Amino acid sequence: MAKPFDIRRQTGFNAIAMACFVLLYLPIILLVIYSFNAGSSIAIWEGFSWRWYVSAWQNDQVQSATVRSLVLASCAAIFSTACAVPAALATTRQGSFKGHTFVFALINQPLMVPEIVTAVALLIVFAAVKVATGYTGFGYLILAHTAFCLPFAYMPIRARLQGMNLSLEQAGADLYGTPWRVFRHVTLPQLWPGILAGAMLAFVTSLDDVVITEFVKSAGQDTLPTYMLGQMRRVVTPEVNAISSALLAISVVMVMAFFFLSKTRK
Amino acid sequence: MIEIGGVTKVYGGRGPTFTALDNVSVTIRDNEFFTLLGPSGCGKTTLLRVIAGFVDPTSGTVALDGQDLLQLPPYKRPVNTVFQSYALFPHMTVAENIGFGLKMLDRPAAEVKRTVDEMLALVRMTEMAGRKTSEISGGQQQRVALARALAPRPKVLLLDEPLSALDFKLRKEMQIELKRLQSETGITFIFVTHDQEEALTMSDRIAVMRAGSIRQIGGPRDIYDHPAERFVADFIGDTNFLDATLLSVDGTAARVKLASGAETTVRAPAEGAKAGPVTLAVRPEHATLGNADGALLAGKLANIIYFGTDTHFHVDLDGGGSFVLRQQNQPDQKSGRSTGDRVGVSFPAGVGQVLRD
Ligand SMILES: Nc1ncnc2c1ncn2[C@@H]1O[C@H](COP(=O)(O)OP(=O)(O)OP(=O)(O)O)[C@@H](O)[C@H]1O
Ligand SMILES: [Mg+2]
Repeated sequence: MAKPFDIRRQTGFNAIAMACFVLLYLPIILLVIYSFNAGSSIAIWEGFSWRWYVSAWQNDQVQSATVRSLVLASCAAIFSTACAVPAALATTRQGSFKGHTFVFALINQPLMVPEIVTAVALLIVFAAVKVATGYTGFGYLILAHTAFCLPFAYMPIRARLQGMNLSLEQAGADLYGTPWRVFRHVTLPQLWPGILAGAMLAFVTSLDDVVITEFVKSAGQDTLPTYMLGQMRRVVTPEVNAISSALLAISVVMVMAFFFLSKTRK
Repeated sequence: MIEIGGVTKVYGGRGPTFTALDNVSVTIRDNEFFTLLGPSGCGKTTLLRVIAGFVDPTSGTVALDGQDLLQLPPYKRPVNTVFQSYALFPHMTVAENIGFGLKMLDRPAAEVKRTVDEMLALVRMTEMAGRKTSEISGGQQQRVALARALAPRPKVLLLDEPLSALDFKLRKEMQIELKRLQSETGITFIFVTHDQEEALTMSDRIAVMRAGSIRQIGGPRDIYDHPAERFVADFIGDTNFLDATLLSVDGTAARVKLASGAETTVRAPAEGAKAGPVTLAVRPEHATLGNADGALLAGKLANIIYFGTDTHFHVDLDGGGSFVLRQQNQPDQKSGRSTGDRVGVSFPAGVGQVLRD
């Protein structure tokens, strides 16, 4: 029997699919290839070398930006996940309470509001706070990243909770487990894959961010992406490619781990 | 002793409401195998969940040995549940599942281990103690669920259709095993099923439910031989319904006149019997087939169906209606009757039951 609608049979499907594929991946492949360029152009191939990786590695600014990016992404991942777990519990385990949809929308606000708007809004608020307190440290970036990473941490945790059998928690309560102990011994052990997935997604999202960081950061608080953006305005060398490739490698590893974790222990 | 008094549960606050339990009152004795029997959606699970504490009744009381259960959260009630879906913890081994309740009660590790070993032996799962719950069969999971609920020695065990997922043979085995466990542990069992045969074979008493209310409570024999109303008679076993006229009542005995004009004595309903038209229930195996002369009812044999253990005779009664009889078969003996024969149907005095209307 023929399926009523088979997308693969539609005219041009293959061409469109190929075009999308090429557009998505060809630039990335080129980026990675040219990160090994021996010459200093990002367009003319002059032979293989690790030169730009070495150069990036030895660049003080890159080093400090890398450390800053990793610390920032780790903090954002940890804090946003810590907020996302109770948020997900409240939106999946409390029955439907008044304003349920509203809370859901609130949590996912960063996904719906244009990032530039959030960035400007944060800039304004933090500027006021800076004037009031005189504090110009790293905390603003952590706070901002935690906020916009929240939905990325929240989504996998919520999905995991929704997929979990409610009767397990009831069985826990039936067997004399207080709410906290049921959470600790029944819910949490099964929630781990969701929590890890959420944290990794938040980590990658934070690592990748330019717009909000650019607006919120104080002088000397460049992260890797904003550092690279700064470099682009001057001379572009394959060093940028090398840094991007390294970031790409981290992301790929993270995403693979994410898939692995969400597949196993079901 | 569990005393359930006037429990009503109405689902849905805003919008349409649904009455899942309608003024249910029942007292369940200590060490009783008590069964809730009824069709799907009649509120059996809801009643169990009220007792376990997962559903708050809209009104009514639930007390265990004089203690008000409704004041206690589920984790403080000395009541354990065997869930229909088993709800075993997938991240724990069989032994850890069974020990969970005792661990939550902060019993010493040595005691937990000893009880778990006892329970494993009781449900014959000792070799499987270290397995994950996903690595054992459905019947074994069911036994683990049972052991897990029994391990903390609850006063009352609630079982929500625990055997419904099992195949026929395993189900028969587990029925016997459940009865054995109940008599060995002395725990009160409240057992939910929609399988009438299971209810009849296992229970001390049965409550037949319909649309949120209990229609009849009694021992299996009571319920089967003397159903109180048409629904109960119909739901449990096969029944013939006869129109009759109630002439007089003397205690439990009622004098009735059948449509054929014959008079006989049957069982009166528990209360509210009034002279006038009534419905009579007679089980197919309680009636005998004979000659039309002098029988209570007469008619034409419409159908004979051989079932191995017994034979069913379908009789078209004079004056409308039909009657089914069931007779046990003897080896190599035919009934000696054939379709189209004129036959009579009789049943001894006291066998029929006048139904409540
Ligand atoms: N949360 C709920 N909200 C609204 N109605 C509900 C809810 N839970 C159950 N009901 C309704 O209450 C009625 C009784 O449900 P219950 O689960 O007690 O039935 P049951 O007798 O256990 O049936 P089954 O044999 O199918 O398990 C059903 O009609 C069901 O639709
Ligand atoms: Mg049910």
